[in-house]
Amino acid sequence: MPGVSPGWLDFEQPLAELFERLEEVNALGVTTEIKKLQQQIEELKIKLYANLTPWQRVQLARHPRRPYTLDYIERMVTNFVELHGDRAFADDPAIVAGLGKIDEIPFAIIGHQKGKDTKEKLTRNFGMPHPEGYRKALRIMELAARNNVPILCLIDTPGAYPGIGAEERGQAEAIARNLREMALLTVPVIAVVTGEGGSGGALAIAVGDRVLMQENAVYSVISPEGCAAILWRDGSRAEEAAKVLKLTAPDLLNLGVIDEIVPEPLGGAHHDWDEAARLLKKAVMANYHVLNTLPGEELVSRRIEKFSAIGVFQQGEEK
Amino acid sequence: MVESSARSGETLWFRCSRCGEIIYRKTLESNFYICNRCGYHFRITPEDYIRIILDDGTWEEIDADILALDPLKFPKYQEKLKEARAKTGHADAFAYGRGRTGGVPVVFGVMDFNFIGGSMGPVVGEKVARSVRLARNERRPLIIVATSGGARMQEGILSLMQMAKTSAELALLRRDGVPFISVPVDPCTAGVMASFASLGDVIISEPGALLGFAGQRVIEDTIGQKLPEGFQRAEFMLKHGLIDIVTPRRRLKETIVNILSVLWHGERL
Repeated sequence: MPGVSPGWLDFEQPLAELFERLEEVNALGVTTEIKKLQQQIEELKIKLYANLTPWQRVQLARHPRRPYTLDYIERMVTNFVELHGDRAFADDPAIVAGLGKIDEIPFAIIGHQKGKDTKEKLTRNFGMPHPEGYRKALRIMELAARNNVPILCLIDTPGAYPGIGAEERGQAEAIARNLREMALLTVPVIAVVTGEGGSGGALAIAVGDRVLMQENAVYSVISPEGCAAILWRDGSRAEEAAKVLKLTAPDLLNLGVIDEIVPEPLGGAHHDWDEAARLLKKAVMANYHVLNTLPGEELVSRRIEKFSAIGVFQQGEEK
Repeated sequence: MVESSARSGETLWFRCSRCGEIIYRKTLESNFYICNRCGYHFRITPEDYIRIILDDGTWEEIDADILALDPLKFPKYQEKLKEARAKTGHADAFAYGRGRTGGVPVVFGVMDFNFIGGSMGPVVGEKVARSVRLARNERRPLIIVATSGGARMQEGILSLMQMAKTSAELALLRRDGVPFISVPVDPCTAGVMASFASLGDVIISEPGALLGFAGQRVIEDTIGQKLPEGFQRAEFMLKHGLIDIVTPRRRLKETIVNILSVLWHGERL
């Protein structure tokens, strides 16, 4: 056993082994063998990723090799200038915010940011924002709205950080305020869940005119682990919880919570960042061109109606 | 004999869950369900808050017949709903309607922590949203007593979206200049505190109420240490500038009426 390849999920191990062999053969330069392996890889990808379970999607959404906000910005955005700070307490590296252009069109871009190596993970707090992150995000969104600049939000967080400082500085208030103020932004707001949509900490930058999800992203009111702990007092039953929570992109499309699924390269965004970014940009711009025809007040009233319409219930006699 | 916080019809004696004092029901009732020894505020029902905050005989409930479905076919949710309805006599965890306080016509809403932890699913979200719209349409100040463990897990992502829905409706109420007094009481956390309950123009709470975003055990597990005494209590929230007032329950109505007497004259004179 060559050992478990780092950075790959359990169910991806056979694929990881093929990649390793391909690397070896590449070094030797045996063309026929390379072609054969490449074909095997493509076949295995189709087999592995064709029928993903909800739990496997959760794992892909959290994949250590998955591209994050800055990776997308690097590939989609030109003239990017990152802006910092909430003007009150600190700059929160768990949220990135800035100005740039996509296909020559000015945008404000805001997104959660996870880290790649241990050091960056700690700096970025694993993509879990403090209140000042949400306040920075709102500051930049309001700046954009005042200057008639559309907004793109990329969502990828386990959740808002549950810590002492976060509570002292009003984590709940920061999220609530974003939900209220995002409703009133008079420019197009496109929100895309690109990885983990972790509850209120995700929603706090996801009140969009259009809410999209990448194919392997998840979006949930609670983590599968948290749900399992409550339901069965056993956090290890996360796999089952992932199923009952209905947290995959197709689930959310069915429930009417999202508007569109953004395709990923075969096997997931982590297999081809450039292609993932190209597909993301394509979806974002298609939505932008539709929204851009609407006046600001129309965007606001439609956005509020959109969120007000979410949820099912019955009025009258109990069945 | 003893119940610590929730009440049932026939209980005669209550034990204070803070100091252990045994208190006769009538004594407790006449004291707004506050422990006469240590000042602990017992958790009380929506009916109690209606009696305490609104003028007698002015409460007129609306949309009492909105019921939850089970869109996710979530394990044991139907049973949980049935139990909660039987236990509380309510259709779900939030009631709203018209009423008056100190003579001022208001829209009043109140949550029920005994109904699946006061959790907010699509029914609570819809009714909160409707209460906000009613306040806006009729230009009545809005008062909401909120107590909740957060979004209702059993309706999944649909519950999460109620945070956006209620907050968006409040954006319009605020823009139209109709005041919203939020009264988060023990306990009020997570999805409800991170949406409408934190959006009051004025936020009033009661002594000792637990208020915040994350649950205490979650925080302790995350940071790997015990939380200090008083963390996330109403007094802590006051100290950190997150709420306006902590008032004993017996002065809650007076406080609300005072604020409205200054803020609210209906249409500008």
